[in-house]
Amino acid sequence: MKCRVCRGPAIIDIRRHNANFCAEHFLKLCRDQTAKAIADFDMILPGERVLIAVSGGKDSLALWDLLLEMGYDADGLYLGLGIGDYSDDSGTYVRAFAESRGARLIEVDLRAEYGYDIPTGARAARRAPCSTCGLSKRHLFDRAALDGGYDAVATGHNLDDEAAVLLGNVLHWHDEYLGRQLPVLAARNGFPRKVKPLVRLGEREMAAYCVVRGIDYQVDECPMAEGNRHLAYKDALNMLEKRSPGAKHDFYFGFLARASERFRTTIDAEQDALLECERCGAPTPSEICAFCRLVEKAAGAQPVTITTRGGAV
Amino acid sequence: MKVLLRNPRREIDVDGPVSVNTLLERLEINRESVIVIRGDELIPADTVLADSDQVEIRPVISGGAVDTQVRP
Ligand code: SF4
Ligand SMILES: [Zn+2]
Ligand SMILES: [Zn+2]
Repeated sequence: MKCRVCRGPAIIDIRRHNANFCAEHFLKLCRDQTAKAIADFDMILPGERVLIAVSGGKDSLALWDLLLEMGYDADGLYLGLGIGDYSDDSGTYVRAFAESRGARLIEVDLRAEYGYDIPTGARAARRAPCSTCGLSKRHLFDRAALDGGYDAVATGHNLDDEAAVLLGNVLHWHDEYLGRQLPVLAARNGFPRKVKPLVRLGEREMAAYCVVRGIDYQVDECPMAEGNRHLAYKDALNMLEKRSPGAKHDFYFGFLARASERFRTTIDAEQDALLECERCGAPTPSEICAFCRLVEKAAGAQPVTITTRGGAV
Repeated sequence: MKVLLRNPRREIDVDGPVSVNTLLERLEINRESVIVIRGDELIPADTVLADSDQVEIRPVISGGAVDTQVRP
């Protein structure tokens, strides 16, 4: 196989682009696609400061690397979730990356600063671990971005993530989620702007990017991943993609261009109706926000130990 | 050749020579869901693997929270 651009030996084939690429031109493709996503959706403007939610996985580390390479002022925020060895290893990858790039990393440890970890908080609050985790991440990323004066929070969601979420939301017609499923959510009412610069790149490309750039990342699955349903959507989409390359891209970008507008009306009204949390000041529909309620329930709960490693695929 | 698989981590023996594509088909792995690494290099689907090679078939699909991706 030969590179589409220089005819040198290829290292990766991307059937969606009907092309193969050498290492150099593959990296250029990743940068170009990221730049296009940022420009098309006005994600980050010149001179703005970005806070990247880094987990130690391929997507967030690739995103951090890409933004730094492209000259953005991008710091990382890592949350210590306290999920056994998985979190310890993930933190190691994040710190090693930050150090190698001389990049600024902010760390927040849930157990040290808020008195709980994900497994314990989930049990105490009787929520699914991923729901507890998602709630904690949203709250703490928003807060860190506002406290640190960042213009935007960037996450590593890629095309596969977005297409899988879209499939799930369409299958069950979750109108309110469909209205929010955008590559950019504007800042308002105490929420910082949220951007997803990797939406034009697939999951396979992000893993390949890390290998080519020599970035070590957490390959194992989080042992708490409730993933089954989400993974099933990804599998289904990859089956379609194999038969019809470009299917995921058409599905997601077709939705953004032709359908997403119709679901947007509900968001604005909802956001305008928010109050300030009595304890922390975060925007919330009730008097005390869901995060503060979680912290309260988890306080003093018996810690849950994680023994398993790596979920099944 | 030795083939490393992940989640869970395990190693299997496969007779070479065989192309990456054929190897994936034999193992019933969708090429869209993995990358294949020999040494520390990424290798494309038409590469022919020799008996003496050591390769890793690394899944690229992560699960996790749907929840974190849909709310503001
Ligand atoms: S899989 Fe669930 S618990 Fe694990 S890091 Fe992702 S959201 Fe958190
Ligand atoms: Zn090239
Ligand atoms: Zn609060």
